[in-house]
Amino acid sequence: MSEPPKPEPPTLGPSKLEPSPRDSSPRNLSRRKLITTGLAATAGIGGLGVAARIAQRYGLIPPDHGGFYGFGETLTYASQRLLTRHSLAREFSRSQISQPPFPNEMPPLNDAFKSLQAGGFADWRLSVSGMVAKPASFSLTQLKSYPSRSQITMVQCEEGWSYIGEWIGVPLSQILQTVEVHPQARYVVYFSIDPDWWESIDMADALHPQTFLTYGMNGGELPVGNGGPLRLRVPRQLGYKSVKFITHLTVTDSLKGFGKGLGSSAPEGGYAWYAGI
Amino acid sequence: MPAVRAPWYHSRVSDSSCVPSVAVPIPATASAAVPTATMSARHSALVRVTHWITTLCFFALLVSGIEIVISHPRFYWGETGNDLTPTLFKLPIPASRNLVPSGYGYVLPDQNGWSRYLHFQSAWLLVFTGLLYVAFSLLNGHFRKNLMPDGADVSWRALSRSIASHLRLERPGAAEALSYNVLQRLSYLFVIFVLFPFVIWTGLAMSPAFVSAVPAAVNILGGQQSARTLHFFVSLALVLFLLVHVGMVWFAGFKSRMRAMITGRAATPKEGA
Repeated sequence: MSEPPKPEPPTLGPSKLEPSPRDSSPRNLSRRKLITTGLAATAGIGGLGVAARIAQRYGLIPPDHGGFYGFGETLTYASQRLLTRHSLAREFSRSQISQPPFPNEMPPLNDAFKSLQAGGFADWRLSVSGMVAKPASFSLTQLKSYPSRSQITMVQCEEGWSYIGEWIGVPLSQILQTVEVHPQARYVVYFSIDPDWWESIDMADALHPQTFLTYGMNGGELPVGNGGPLRLRVPRQLGYKSVKFITHLTVTDSLKGFGKGLGSSAPEGGYAWYAGI
Repeated sequence: MPAVRAPWYHSRVSDSSCVPSVAVPIPATASAAVPTATMSARHSALVRVTHWITTLCFFALLVSGIEIVISHPRFYWGETGNDLTPTLFKLPIPASRNLVPSGYGYVLPDQNGWSRYLHFQSAWLLVFTGLLYVAFSLLNGHFRKNLMPDGADVSWRALSRSIASHLRLERPGAAEALSYNVLQRLSYLFVIFVLFPFVIWTGLAMSPAFVSAVPAAVNILGGQQSARTLHFFVSLALVLFLLVHVGMVWFAGFKSRMRAMITGRAATPKEGA
């Protein structure tokens, strides 16, 4: 901590000239210094407590805040949430769309998916439940009946690669408005048809104008390789938050009851829940 | 400034107010090898504490950074890059993901999860440490007194003399136990004010959330993949600095330099004693 210049210059008093091993440390821990340090430490710990309270109140604590990396994770989430609450992900021009489109590696698709795929996804449903006034289930046709929006944004993987695509769909906020979300809602949890794959986002991201339930890409249908028939695009976070093959989403005020309570399958596999960076 | 100056007093030696520069004879038992040495103040507590926290963070960032890069050891220029696009260059190493065409028949274990957690946590700690160091060094004159080179030293003649003496591997003189030479000063300033800020900037430029708020951070660099490539090169520059730094410490006297950075005190031969 800051230490004002000492008022008295160091003097060569008799005790200092005495060649004693103790003198190899010339700094005197004065009582005043001890008291100042003690007060500063108390204030610091108290300040941290207050900061934690405020952070909790304004939703700045991520669900994977426990453990050794909780400190860094909380700082990242809190600072980026404050900085980016309303900011828009960068959008690109049509000429910047990656050609050919990049389909990422995927685990083998399960039987439930294959039977829906055989039927041309006519029976694909998105069910919406939780803290909503009107739980509902949407077919792809119903989702497409809402005014469609498109964005040309980047998918960025935590591995390091990236591509740009045009994503066509309905803003998640539109669906949340339709089902009438309760005001105390804090998170939207979304599930893939692959039971190992589920994620959640806070309301700032859920209501963000670029968070889309995506059914189209680059002017056509959304290919299976890119998450078709339905993928939730969260362009301000890394690719793993944009879960493919969405069948269900639920609105909640707490993530404790989902899986191990860490917010999503990512932290259960060792990855950060918040993937803004 | 201390009231009493030791006989070896060197105009560039730190006069940090935290550490009175009082020459204290060290006990005979501890200085049997150098009977005429005195211990004098070298590094302030702030410099020592921030130095070692930085060391710790740097190693954590390096190890986790290597782990992260292994998952996709391909580099690109511009906005995007993936397995289907041409690379700027590839690292000739196996990858930790099986889709990357690394040319190796095997895949390394995926360590990205904890590596990313550790990378960002260390980055935060390093940023706070760096801010503390810079703020206090500006206030107490550490930069001005100990890191800014003397005007006379920043001439081609003086610089080339210093470079030549480094290249001839001349052992540093007694004054350098208590003060940095001009090349040291310039490299430390470069690391503190150019490389570290640039590595933080290029790191932030890879964050999709950060650049949504500050798009210029990535646009100026030419795109997200350019930022990643630059981040890699700045990290290489920092590793190069680390190697030279440790090499020079070894060469100048590992024990005495380490003691100075741990205890804050350096032994200097008494002149004319």
